[in-house]
Amino acid sequence: MAKSGLLSSSLAKKYAMAATGLFLCLFLVGHLVGNLQLFISGEAGREAFNVYAHFMVSNPAVKLLSYLTYLSILFHAVDGFVLTKLNRKARPVSYAVEKPSENSSWMSRNMMVLGTIMLVFIVVHMQNFWWQMHFGAMPIQVVDGVELHDLYTVVYAFFNPAESMALLSLALYVAAMFAVGFHLWHGFSSSFQSLGLRHAKYTPIIRFFGRAFAVVVPGLFAAVVVYIYLIQA
Amino acid sequence: MDFTLKIWRQEGPQAVGHMATYQVTDISDEMSFLEMIDVLNDQLVRSGDEPVAFDHDCREGICGMCSMFINGEAHGPNRLTTTCQLHMRSFKNGETITIEPWRAAAFPVIRDLVVDRSSMDRIIQSGGYVSVNTNGNTVDANALPIPKPAADEAFEAAVCIGCGACVATCKNASAMLFVAAKVSQLALLPQGQPERTARVEGMVEQMDLEGFGNCTNTGACEVECPMGISLDHIARMNRDYLTAKVANKG
Ligand code: SF4
Ligand code: FES
Repeated sequence: MAKSGLLSSSLAKKYAMAATGLFLCLFLVGHLVGNLQLFISGEAGREAFNVYAHFMVSNPAVKLLSYLTYLSILFHAVDGFVLTKLNRKARPVSYAVEKPSENSSWMSRNMMVLGTIMLVFIVVHMQNFWWQMHFGAMPIQVVDGVELHDLYTVVYAFFNPAESMALLSLALYVAAMFAVGFHLWHGFSSSFQSLGLRHAKYTPIIRFFGRAFAVVVPGLFAAVVVYIYLIQA
Repeated sequence: MDFTLKIWRQEGPQAVGHMATYQVTDISDEMSFLEMIDVLNDQLVRSGDEPVAFDHDCREGICGMCSMFINGEAHGPNRLTTTCQLHMRSFKNGETITIEPWRAAAFPVIRDLVVDRSSMDRIIQSGGYVSVNTNGNTVDANALPIPKPAADEAFEAAVCIGCGACVATCKNASAMLFVAAKVSQLALLPQGQPERTARVEGMVEQMDLEGFGNCTNTGACEVECPMGISLDHIARMNRDYLTAKVANKG
C-alpha cells in the first residue's frame, strides 16, 4: 500500500517543521540568556557578556549545537518555502470574496510572511555581529590572560544614539522581534499539534506557555536593545 | 426579501468562468438558501437562460452534497450549518450575496457551482474501511465490547458528511480534517485495529497524490465544518502516521 517515504509526505514535512521550530525555540532561550547580561553595565557586564560570547564560540558542545541551529534555520526556511509553494498550487483559482478572519487568526495565516521577515533579519543580524565577531576587526578584552573579542563594546556602540544609524537599527530590531513574537504565537503550540501531541488536559497549558513564550522572549530581546540605547542617550 | 446575487458561471470543466449578477425578489425569510437558488433557476428557465448548476441531495444536512462558498465562507455565515440548512433570514434584505464553487486543485469545477469531489472517494478507497470476512460467520459488531468514551469519540468523527467545506475553507486547500475524521472513526474502535497502520499510510498517501495542500494548523476547517469535527482528530492522525512510519520496515 503506502509507498511514500517518511520524508516525502505532507505530514513528514510538517513533522520537520515542528521539530526544527521547537529546536529553534531552545536556541532563542540560549541566545537570550547571553543577551540579558548586556543589562549589566560597566566592566562587570563587559566581562560577563564577553566571557559568555567566547564560551559560545569555543565550547565544542555549543559549537555542535550552533551547527544544528544553522541547519535547523535552513531546513525550517526551505521546508516553509516548499510547503507554501505546494499550498499555492493546491488552490490555483482563488475566491472573489473571502472572510478568513471569521475562522482563523492573522498569525496562523501569515507564518510565511513573518518567517521571511525573520530570515532577512537573521541575515542582517549575522552580518552586524556574527560576521564582525568571526571575521571583522574587533576590539579585544583580556580576561584572566585570555584575549576575548569585546562584543559587548561593539553592541553598545552599535546602539549608541550618537551613531547615526542607531535609531533605525533599533527600530528594525524591535520590528523583527514583533515578527518573532507573532510567529511564535501560532508556531509554538502549532508544533505540538503537528507532532500529534494534543490532549484535553495539556494542550491548553501548552498553548498558554507558547503564547507567554511568544511575548516574553522577543520582549526581553527588544528590552535589552532599548535599554542599551536609552542608557547611552 | 430582495437580493442581488453574484454567482460563478462556468459552462464546463475547460470553459473560462465568470461572475454573473442576478436579482431575486419576493424571497421569503423562511426559505432555505437552496430554495432561493431554485427560485432564481425558475426565473432563468422562464426567460430561456441556463439555470445555475449546483449540487444537492438530501436538503436536510446529512448527505454533504450542497457545496457553496457564500459571501466568503463555506456553507455561508452560520456555524454548524450546511448550505441546505441555511435560511434566508440569516441575510439582510437587499444584501448582495456572492456564491462561488469550492476552490481547490483537487476539486475541479464541472459546471457552475458543481465540483468533482471524487478525490475524496479515492482517499476512502485507499484505506478508509474495515475488511470483514463475509463467510457466514461474521461477528455482530455489537458483540464486541467498546468503552463508551471511545464509541462516543468515534461517533463524533463518523458524523463527517464528506462535504469538503474543510478543503474549501482552508487557505491551503488541505483535506486534513476530512481525512483525519475518516482515519479516527476507525482508529478508535477495536474493528479498526488490524488495518490501522496501513489505513493511515494509504489515506495520507492518496491525499497527497490528489493534490490537496498541507495543513498549517490555522484551525479554519474546524470552525467552518458543518458537523463540528474537531482538530483532535488531525492530531490523532498525525500521531498514527508518525508511529506507522517509524515502526514499519518500508
Ligand atoms: S470534516 Fe467537516 S467540513 Fe470536512 S468534509 Fe467532513 S463534515 Fe465536511
Ligand atoms: S443537500 Fe444534503 S447536506 Fe445539504
